[in-house]
Amino acid sequence: MSRPEFVAPPEIYYGDTEAKKYTQNTRNQQIQADMTYRALELLNLPPDEPAFLLDIGCGSGLSGEILDEEGYLWAGVDVAPSMLEVALEREVEGDLFLQDIGQGFGFRPGSFDGAISISVLQWLLNAETSHPTSSPPHRLTRFFTTLHSALKNPSRAIFQFYPTSDDQIQLITSIAQKAGFGGGIVVDYPNSKKARKVFLCLFVGQQKQQKLPEGLDGEEEEQEAKVRFERRREREKTRSKGKRKSVKDRDWILKKKELYRKRGKDSVPNDSKYTGRKRKTYF
Amino acid sequence: MVRLITHNLLACHVKGCNANNFPLEFRNVELEIREAEFNPDFVKGFLPKIEWKALVDTARQLGDTSLPEEQPEMLDDDFLKNLHHVLLEIHVEEGAMVCPNCKHEYPIASGIPNMLLAEHEIA
Repeated sequence: MSRPEFVAPPEIYYGDTEAKKYTQNTRNQQIQADMTYRALELLNLPPDEPAFLLDIGCGSGLSGEILDEEGYLWAGVDVAPSMLEVALEREVEGDLFLQDIGQGFGFRPGSFDGAISISVLQWLLNAETSHPTSSPPHRLTRFFTTLHSALKNPSRAIFQFYPTSDDQIQLITSIAQKAGFGGGIVVDYPNSKKARKVFLCLFVGQQKQQKLPEGLDGEEEEQEAKVRFERRREREKTRSKGKRKSVKDRDWILKKKELYRKRGKDSVPNDSKYTGRKRKTYF
Repeated sequence: MVRLITHNLLACHVKGCNANNFPLEFRNVELEIREAEFNPDFVKGFLPKIEWKALVDTARQLGDTSLPEEQPEMLDDDFLKNLHHVLLEIHVEEGAMVCPNCKHEYPIASGIPNMLLAEHEIA
């Protein structure tokens, strides 16, 4: 399948049917949710502090729902009216705007504590008309400069996107840098064709942790440079991997026997050191 | 779903419209009040970002006079609750926002403001 951004501009591609299809697809939902959690992790917001976030290209609010769950307040912008309609139907909590991010934002300086954007930036890389304001570099410049000023200092903006080539990454990072952002690219699962995800991590101002977070590689992660959700992910991994404790262990057997004795059932076997032991395997 | 919290952050972004472009003025609005969970920490944390005068003026224009003219030094619970109500529970569903400087009109339909610009307005 060819990439959707080559087919038509987003506000046309995500018409009524496509918007519904996209939102109802459980695989999309899952991927979107995973990437949103990962983006929040990379965003590295101070824990237990309420924050006001910007969801760039919020679409039907799939990632907004997760922001709601995590207790963040947010505002979302998207250029596709059909997607926003679906978001309205789904009754997300955030404020929605119909806005073309390539035209820049009008938010006052320091408005947001952070920004996330899932699968959006690649849409900025195609020119729709020959007007000078429609060229990708111009739109990217306008987008990044207005975003930079709308974010508070210090804060971060995390973009997950699908670049087609290294040139695109180069173009995007260089424009972001010119707009005043620090940071760079984090690639998750770089060796997998399917799971590979590219994140652009942009920093505003001096960060406590100036180092870029490490990309996930699917194997063990290094100890340092850990951000918020990584420990939880590890815990869940071990939980699912580790052998389940058998339910009917020695304690359970003893309890049952005790119960039967109390009820006056006869022929309950005596307890011994052999109770609940496994028999050896004999051939 | 334009709430005053985002309205208070929103300035006009038309090309060359750089001064006196905040706050956008509401026209022909239809309001809806929807209760939201009260989170005093969030409201407190958000205080420094607020342009107080713009918020009070807009709230009064929309018919809510619970906020004082001057931002009080003491933050008591009543004040935070009022502020919470103004910021997060008043939703503008229909109407328009008009830039005080260039008079660009951003229409609001079913709670979503249309922030799209025409080609000649893009900076």
